[in-house]
Amino acid sequence: MSKQYETVIGLEVHVELASKTKIFCGCSTEFGGEPNTHTCPVCTGMPGSLPVLNKQVVEYAIAVGLATNCTITQNCKFDRKNYFYPDNPQNYQISQLYYPICRNGGIEIETGGIKKTIGIHEIHMEEDAGKLVHDPWEDCTLVDFNRSGVPLIEIVSEPDMRSAEEVIAYLEKLRLIIQYLGASDCKLNEGSMRADVNLSVREMGAAEFGTRTEMKNLNSFKAIARAIDGERKRQIELLEMGKSVIQETRRWDDNKEYSYAMRSKEDAQDYRYFPEPDLVPIIISDEWLERVRAAQPELRDEKKIRYKAEYDIPDYDIDIITGSKHLADLFEDTIACGSDPKEVSNWLMGETMKLVKEKEIEPEDITFSPENLAKLIALIKEGSINRSVAKDVFQRIFESDIDPESYVEEHGLKTVNDEGALRTAIEAVVAANPQSVEDYKGGKTKAMGFLVGQTMKAMQGKADPGMVNRILKEILEQA
Amino acid sequence: MDMRTMTALELGRKIRAGECTAVDAVNASLGQISALEQELNCYVTVEPEKAIERAEEVQKKIEAGELTGPLAGVPVAIKDNMCTTGTLTSCSSKILSNFVPTYTATAVKRLEDAGAVILGKTNMDEFAMGSTTETSYYGATKNPWNLDRVPGGSSGGSAAAVAAGECFYALGSDTGGSIRQPASFCGVTGMKPTYGTVSRYGLIAYGSSLDQIGPIARDVSDCAAILETIVAHDIKDSTSVDVAETDYTSALVDDVAGMRIGIPRDYLGDGLDPEVKAAVLAAADELAKKGANVEEFDLNLVEYAIPAYYIIASAEASSNLSRFDGVKYGFRVPEFDGLHDMYKKTRSKGFGAEVKRRIMLGSFVLSSGYYDAYYVKALKVKALIKQAFDRAFEQYDVILGPTAPTTALKLGDNLSDPIRMYLGDIYTVSVNLAGLPGISVPCGCSAEGLPIGVQLIGDSFQEKKIIRAAYAYEKTRTWGQPELAEGRHSK
Amino acid sequence: MRISDETIDYVGILAKLDLDEQEKEQAKTDMGNMLDYIDKLNELDTDGVEAMSHVSPIHNVFREDIVEERTLDDRKKILQNAPKQKDGCFVVPKTVE
Repeated sequence: MSKQYETVIGLEVHVELASKTKIFCGCSTEFGGEPNTHTCPVCTGMPGSLPVLNKQVVEYAIAVGLATNCTITQNCKFDRKNYFYPDNPQNYQISQLYYPICRNGGIEIETGGIKKTIGIHEIHMEEDAGKLVHDPWEDCTLVDFNRSGVPLIEIVSEPDMRSAEEVIAYLEKLRLIIQYLGASDCKLNEGSMRADVNLSVREMGAAEFGTRTEMKNLNSFKAIARAIDGERKRQIELLEMGKSVIQETRRWDDNKEYSYAMRSKEDAQDYRYFPEPDLVPIIISDEWLERVRAAQPELRDEKKIRYKAEYDIPDYDIDIITGSKHLADLFEDTIACGSDPKEVSNWLMGETMKLVKEKEIEPEDITFSPENLAKLIALIKEGSINRSVAKDVFQRIFESDIDPESYVEEHGLKTVNDEGALRTAIEAVVAANPQSVEDYKGGKTKAMGFLVGQTMKAMQGKADPGMVNRILKEILEQA
Repeated sequence: MDMRTMTALELGRKIRAGECTAVDAVNASLGQISALEQELNCYVTVEPEKAIERAEEVQKKIEAGELTGPLAGVPVAIKDNMCTTGTLTSCSSKILSNFVPTYTATAVKRLEDAGAVILGKTNMDEFAMGSTTETSYYGATKNPWNLDRVPGGSSGGSAAAVAAGECFYALGSDTGGSIRQPASFCGVTGMKPTYGTVSRYGLIAYGSSLDQIGPIARDVSDCAAILETIVAHDIKDSTSVDVAETDYTSALVDDVAGMRIGIPRDYLGDGLDPEVKAAVLAAADELAKKGANVEEFDLNLVEYAIPAYYIIASAEASSNLSRFDGVKYGFRVPEFDGLHDMYKKTRSKGFGAEVKRRIMLGSFVLSSGYYDAYYVKALKVKALIKQAFDRAFEQYDVILGPTAPTTALKLGDNLSDPIRMYLGDIYTVSVNLAGLPGISVPCGCSAEGLPIGVQLIGDSFQEKKIIRAAYAYEKTRTWGQPELAEGRHSK
Repeated sequence: MRISDETIDYVGILAKLDLDEQEKEQAKTDMGNMLDYIDKLNELDTDGVEAMSHVSPIHNVFREDIVEERTLDDRKKILQNAPKQKDGCFVVPKTVE
């Protein structure tokens, strides 16, 4: 490759909002459920049915707009986007084109120590489509409208990103803001956050953008990174061969690591938007904006400063803990149960993150309750269990959110503090290992560790290590 | 007494007084239906058993004092674009020829709650697209005054049924004149309320920003009482307005002294049938004699209303009707090759010519590159038309003019020339564009014996003013009780 | 305005209507005539006029975020008019190749 190319990337991010009901009807947004059991005439496009806007959706959209430094469109409207597809019961989607609720925002990202602002062109509200499932027996498609009408916001960035790292930093930042606002759980793997990548390449230094393609079906950060890399290569190859890039929508196949054009002659991509006549304009007063602004929860950056001041834990820990809204909530809630902040931080940074990695889950998917972590910490503090037992108990908490108090009780895991019993056990260990005793006396202090280990083994790990050390020393001195 | 010639309110009074029963009433309507329906074709669906059963139930409730309203026990016909639980709702289209809703339109529900007895569903132009009721999949409805003539449309079945005594009143819907024009052609009274007055929930949409449900009845008093019953601030319809004054019957006062009435000169020009013009001006004279200040003025922009209307209505229709695709309800072709072929074949065979014509036009004016030139332009013209009405209502309480430029046309006359048909809406469409209330009241007959209607237009939510003027005019009519049209052939 | 075959075909794709040759010719004539008639609007100077999408004076009509429970009986109603249904779903020709 002789020429140098620059990749230009913009994102369209769809986020499913956390409202309890759909955007235009009272059906539940809850995931799962038998097909078409969360439906009504409105979200199945029955003739004569009419949409009524969920106020919570507007509030969430405003909150996200404010948190991403957008200007809120104080007189906004919905439009219809017309296209035929069976997941779209009316064959039009109620969305916003002409007066989207938020415009001209941006968020700051940091990659490799360099800060950069990614512009947000607009955020608009719209309804999600239903689900299509292939039926292999009859070779047909089954349509389930449970997701039809689930509220979405689409966050359209400016073409400000130049690498996969920047894209992922932007998505992470966006995800955290929205999670902190409580506007969505933003899970890529479950589809509550979805990113379409608009990508073009141009020769380094060129003033004009190249022709872009839009890639869909990206459901993990890894897939996004691979897709950007793959599409960049594909476009550069085309240009190097003297061919041109076609503006089109492509579907990324993460297994084959290649994107495919989603072309169809039945698909004119002419959406014939026009103002939705069934919904009236939304006028957002200054007072309303202020109310949303005032109700804004503490966001990550504010939290970081507060943690530093209040808890005096290391910056690195603060970064990890606040890097997930759920982790930060766990942290604060466990402290609220009376635990020492440093101790809580250690458990989250150490054992918790270790298990998250082992089990290949996201911190958002942690299910244990702060109460049980707090109880565990209390058990250690009062000396009821030692740290190695605690780690085992924690694994059970992490996996099944068990109550550590009753678990320790039921499994007889309490530390043995009975000096007589310990002494007997140690004497037996000493008697059984004359060679080690010799070694110790000969100055090999390592032998001490072996004897402690043997004692702990004999006590099934339940002995207080400090006490074992003290008694063992006494006995060895006397021997 | 001939029950069939009674108004809905008269009949309601007699039922409440025990002089007749709801069952007698429904039998009178059913009798008239069986006598005339074969020739007139007012209904898509008549449900005699259901209606009689319902009448018996209502009669019991009236006797028990549970139903006391003015319309309790009075038989009604519903235009076939309003959803009725358990009863075919076809929009007179093949594509919905098997659609049985599981919910009832709010306006219909209001009538049911008031003790109405539903006889059936009336014929209409397919999806309300037309002015003659000839585009129905179920065949044309004939004008009861002259079987060679159209009843007007799109609520032609409703208007003809009222005129012929096949019901005591009916609900229609009006997107560009579809209540007022057939009322005029059939010699009955029809009213389109201000946009947002009557809930559109359950009304199968044609042009959502223009559609309104309204009454078609024998006289102004009936219309006022029906509107008072169906008016509702409905949380299921976001465009439904919480109207402050809904006591429409209180406006039934025979007094127009000092009322300012304007006649747009633009409504009296080229294309207006001289007989219609004479009758309408005579009606204006009657109001002037009663003390109203009547004068002519220039409304302007009248000739732009039809093109603006057809852009907006067709564009909305192209989108509203896209849900009819053979997936969730209605007709699906039995044979097709894949999804898009199913869509195309189902829609091409399921929709009639006029509906397809408007869907094509509507899709085109919204398509890439044409949206600003056509759709946005039409919305701007709509704004200008609204402004023209606003200016007029600074001067006048009521605007008076013809409802339609002619009397009922011959069957088949207009089908071949769409634009000529569209021009027939010239006095009605601007009222829909501006969202205003309008009423058509019979004001005479042509030499051929065809009814003529005078239209009264009010400012937004000023229904009571047009009811008052219409009522006062009605009182001056010399032919008294509206006679029944029983299906006569012209010689 | 002369409407080309391409335009009619394109609008047919948008509107999901399949017109036969005769219908196509008729549609070309009708649409052309209608668009000529509509061109009358260009006589009006609408510069600076704000497009009026909503004639009604109301705004901010909202629902509260309260779940309305649905039952299997409701699903039965939703599917009642379906030309084809299976396993509680609407059935369409397969959508992916």
